[in-house]
Formats: sequence, structure tokens, C-alpha cells
Amino acid sequence: MPALSQSIAIAETRSTPRRGPSRGLDAVFRTCSYAAALLVLLVLAGILGSILYGGWPVFREFGFGFLTSSAWNIGTEQYGALVAVIGTLASAVIALLIGVPVSLGIAIFLTQLCPGWARKPVAMTIELLAAVPSIIYGMWGLFIFAPIFARFVQIPLSNLVEGLPVVGTLLYARVPSGVGIFTAGIILAIMIVPFIASIARDMLDQIPTVLRESAYGIGCTTWEVVRHVLVPQAAVSIIGAIMLGLGRALGETMAVTFVVGNANRLSASIFDPSSTIASRIANEFNEADGLQLNALMALGCILFVITFIVLIVARLLTRRVRAA
Amino acid sequence: MDATNPLVTTPSPLRASRVRPGRRVADRALRISCLVATVVGAVVLGSILLMLIVEGIRGLSPTLFTQPTPGPGSEGGGIANAILGSLVLTTIGIVVATPVGVMAGTYLAEYGRGSKLADIIRFLNDVLLSAPSILIGLFVYTLMVRPMGTYSGWAGGVALAIIAVPVIVRTTEDMLRLVPGTLREAGAALGAPPSKVITSVTWRAASSGIVTGIILALARIAGETAPLLFTALNNNSWFSPNLMGGVANLPVMIYQFALSPYPNWQGLAWAGALLITTTILALSIIARLVIKPQNAR
Repeated sequence: MPALSQSIAIAETRSTPRRGPSRGLDAVFRTCSYAAALLVLLVLAGILGSILYGGWPVFREFGFGFLTSSAWNIGTEQYGALVAVIGTLASAVIALLIGVPVSLGIAIFLTQLCPGWARKPVAMTIELLAAVPSIIYGMWGLFIFAPIFARFVQIPLSNLVEGLPVVGTLLYARVPSGVGIFTAGIILAIMIVPFIASIARDMLDQIPTVLRESAYGIGCTTWEVVRHVLVPQAAVSIIGAIMLGLGRALGETMAVTFVVGNANRLSASIFDPSSTIASRIANEFNEADGLQLNALMALGCILFVITFIVLIVARLLTRRVRAA
Repeated sequence: MDATNPLVTTPSPLRASRVRPGRRVADRALRISCLVATVVGAVVLGSILLMLIVEGIRGLSPTLFTQPTPGPGSEGGGIANAILGSLVLTTIGIVVATPVGVMAGTYLAEYGRGSKLADIIRFLNDVLLSAPSILIGLFVYTLMVRPMGTYSGWAGGVALAIIAVPVIVRTTEDMLRLVPGTLREAGAALGAPPSKVITSVTWRAASSGIVTGIILALARIAGETAPLLFTALNNNSWFSPNLMGGVANLPVMIYQFALSPYPNWQGLAWAGALLITTTILALSIIARLVIKPQNAR
């Protein structure tokens, strides 16, 4: 770079008259690109500022109690975030429990087991799953998955566990309609699999082949190679990828709104309908007014804080590895 | 499966006895579960496409592209206004987002190398890339819908632009970084100022990558629903060019009609879903085809 700027400096001294208008243009171009980059910062600040501003009356009125109250009564103007926060966390955890093993399985299959000719089409199929809009997942979940799930899983399971302690409350569906927190978790799992799988695949691909081959050379099975060589090598970035998936699951709106059941009820059963933060905002925002609107904005604040912490950790984990 | 990996060929009976059964079972279990996971992924995609094709074709009607969405309880109707509205909204989104995204990406790749600010912006852009779109909807609602007092197509377009910008910034920066430094030096050696070098050398060398980013952003915003709920909303009337009040668009139309009790509304929702998904999948595939020559180099 110093050589470049020097040569420009020399050029400037020699032909100052011709450089005049062009230099002005140069400064304008530079300022434009700088402003555009700053706009990204401004948007992020604007998002936080607008929901803080909108949610402020609720935080002032209910204080910390907003987080711990499970009330959501429009008539008496009592609002609490507990049900939606628990719904959000529960559906995201279910999504991770189901989605992570599946996506790691796909990543391992694509990098280690898949025959060469099938690799590209299979990878493409999985990546196309990421492009399908979330509303389509919602429709699929509500019209195709939920009826099958209710008939073949919920009803038999409810009959089986009815009256039993613990599992009887955890797995009993009062209304076996197929919608609820668990269905939302499954749909979210399907939606985050392509993301986690494609990042994990990239990370596994980056591991030097020599490591893999030497492990096979001393007689390891594929399982042992994966368990003792590949996973330790890619662990940090795979955790980053999982966090990225978690961030997506927490903030996902439309698909969840279709299948979560949208009830404000704190239930011990994972098959009962409930709501998440995003689904409640999507459901009520257009008819909301006054304090209810502020309460929805305040829910947005909580969602912002949760997802941004998760996403920042995720980016730090995936970035550290890229730099190394 | 074994044939794919010459290093773990099926052991001969004599050697098989030397491999502890536990190890063999663990290995077999891993292979089978990985295969099952992949098959499940493919089956889900297949099932979604099958659902869309079956229900979408059932929802097709001759008036689909000629009539606006019908009112509650009335027969027939089409989704012409929603298609037109979606086209307008995504166009506004991409027209606003492209210059901002490309310029910001240019700053990060060309001017901001090694600067702390650029590092922060790059990091936050990555965070914004996967931020919940519903929060962006709330932001634009506060920024535009509240002050203007009405839902509008402009607000919807801006919300979509905010979602598209991080995608374009990221791909533009990545693609500009692939351009070899010698090209820039050659341009500078001819006496071209940095802006000239960027516009006529680096941008041109990275053009197919930048276009890919724009197509990917287009695919991303075409199906976005959540932010439009609070900004463009929907309406049943024919498209009005001033974009004030609600503007019909496919995603919100699908959301409202799919959950409605009227069979003809549901049929229209399915037809819209088929239309939007095929468009987005086609865009994603096109984006991959465009980027191919770039990678080959």
C-alpha cells in the first residue's frame, strides 16, 4: 500500500490540473461508501431504539414483574412475558435437541460417507430447504404434519401415559389436535437443519485429509474417526453453527405462528398449545392498541436481547476459527 | 457404503473376529443414522414440494392472474393484486438495498481494511444477517407507519430492504476480496484514482459474485411475511399506485387466506404458495449457477 499511495502522490504533483474534478468525485465516492457502511450500524441502533421506546411504558409500569408474570389480559390491562418467554425457549430447545443430531448426521454423511456422484445433488437439496419461505413450513406443519402427528403419536401416547406420574403430565395432550409447543419445535428443527448442516459440512471439509487418513491407517472405524478426530477438530465452530441455528429458532415467526396454537397458558405438557414471543407479536400486533401495543414492543425487546446475545456468541465462535 | 471408502473395506472373516463387536456396532450405527438423517431431510423437502404441487394445482383457476382477491364469502377471485403488490414491494426493497449494500460492502473490502470501525460493522452486519425479521417489522412500524398514520407499500419496501442489505453487504465484500490485489495495482499504476479503480476494475472483476448476492437477497425477501404484517399489511382491492394504505402482497395474503374458513380463499392461498415457492427455488438455483464460473477461477 505505501508504494501505491506514493505513486499516486507523484502523479498528482505532475498533472494537478487534470486531477481536480476526478479527485472531487473520488472523495464523494469514498464518503458514499462510508455512509452506506454506517447505515448498517444505524439500522441496528434504530431497531433497538424503536422497540425500547415502544416498550418503555410497560417496563415502567410493571418493572421486573413483567418478566415473571404469566398474565396476558387485555381487559384488565395486565401483561406479563413469562408464558411467551418459556414458549420461545422451550420450542427452541426442542428444535435443537432434534435438529442438531440430524444436521450433524447430514454433515457427516456428506463429507465422509456419501459417494462422490451423489454429493452435489444431496447438498443442493439440503440447501434448498433453507430457501423455502417460513410461511410454507407453517402451512406444511399445520396441514400435513399436525394431523399425522396427532393421529399416530399424540393420541396413542396420551392413552398410554394417562394417569402416570410425571410423564402423564409431560406428555398428555388435553386436546390432541397436533398443534403445540412440541410441533413448533419439530418444525423449527426442520428449518434450522440446513443452516447447521451446511456450516458443519464446511468445517468438516476444512479438516486436513491427512488427519483422517492417518486415523484410518491405524485401523479406526468411521465412527472412531468422527468421534476422536473430526469432532474435536471442528468442535468450536460446530458449537458456533448450533448457536446460529438457535438464534434463528428463537426469532422465527410465521412457521411457529401456524403450529404453536397461540394460547396464553402455562402448561406442563409439551403437547399443549402455547405461544412464543414472535408468534404473539405476529398474532396480536395489528389489533393491538395502547398498553397492549407497548407490551408487545416490550416482548420484542426481550426477544432482541435473547437473540442478539446468542447471535453474537455464535459469530464470535465461528469467527475465531476462521481466523486461526 | 463400504465401497465408497477404500480404507475401510469389509474385513475378511478371519480379521472380522479381531474387530470387537462393540466397535463394529458403533460404526454401523453411525453410518445408518447419518444416512437416515439425510433421507429424512430429502423426504421433508419432497413432501413440502408434493403438498404445494397437489394443493396448488387444485387452487389454480383461470381468474387467478386476472382478478383481485375476493372479499369474505364471495366466490371466485384471483390473486392478481397480491402478485403485483409483491412485485412492487420486492422491487422497492431491492432497488433501495442494492446501492446501499454494494457501497457498504465496497467500504468494508476496499477502504476499511484493517480499520477497527470496519471490523465492528462487518461483525454487526453478520449479526443483522440472522436477526429476527419480525423485529425489523417493529422497527419500520415505529419509523414509518406510526408517523405516517397508515400502513403503506413504502414501509413494506423499506422493511424488505433492511432485510436484503446485510445479504448484499456480505456477498459483495466476500467477492471483492477474491479480486487479486495486482489488478488494483495495475489500475492505480495507470493513474486511476481509487474510485475509478473500484468502479471499472474491481467491481467488474467481481460482477457475477455481486449479482449472485443480489439474487440471493431477492430470494430471501420474496417470501418474507413477518415484517410485512406490520408495514404493508394487505387489502382486497385492486392495486393503487400511490402505495398508501395497505398493499396486497403474496406472503400476507397466504397467511390470512390459509387460516380462513372459506374454501376458495384457501385454494388461492395454496396457489400463491406454489407460485412463491417455485419462484424462490428458481432464484436460488439461478444464483448458484451464476456463481459457478466465479468459483472455478
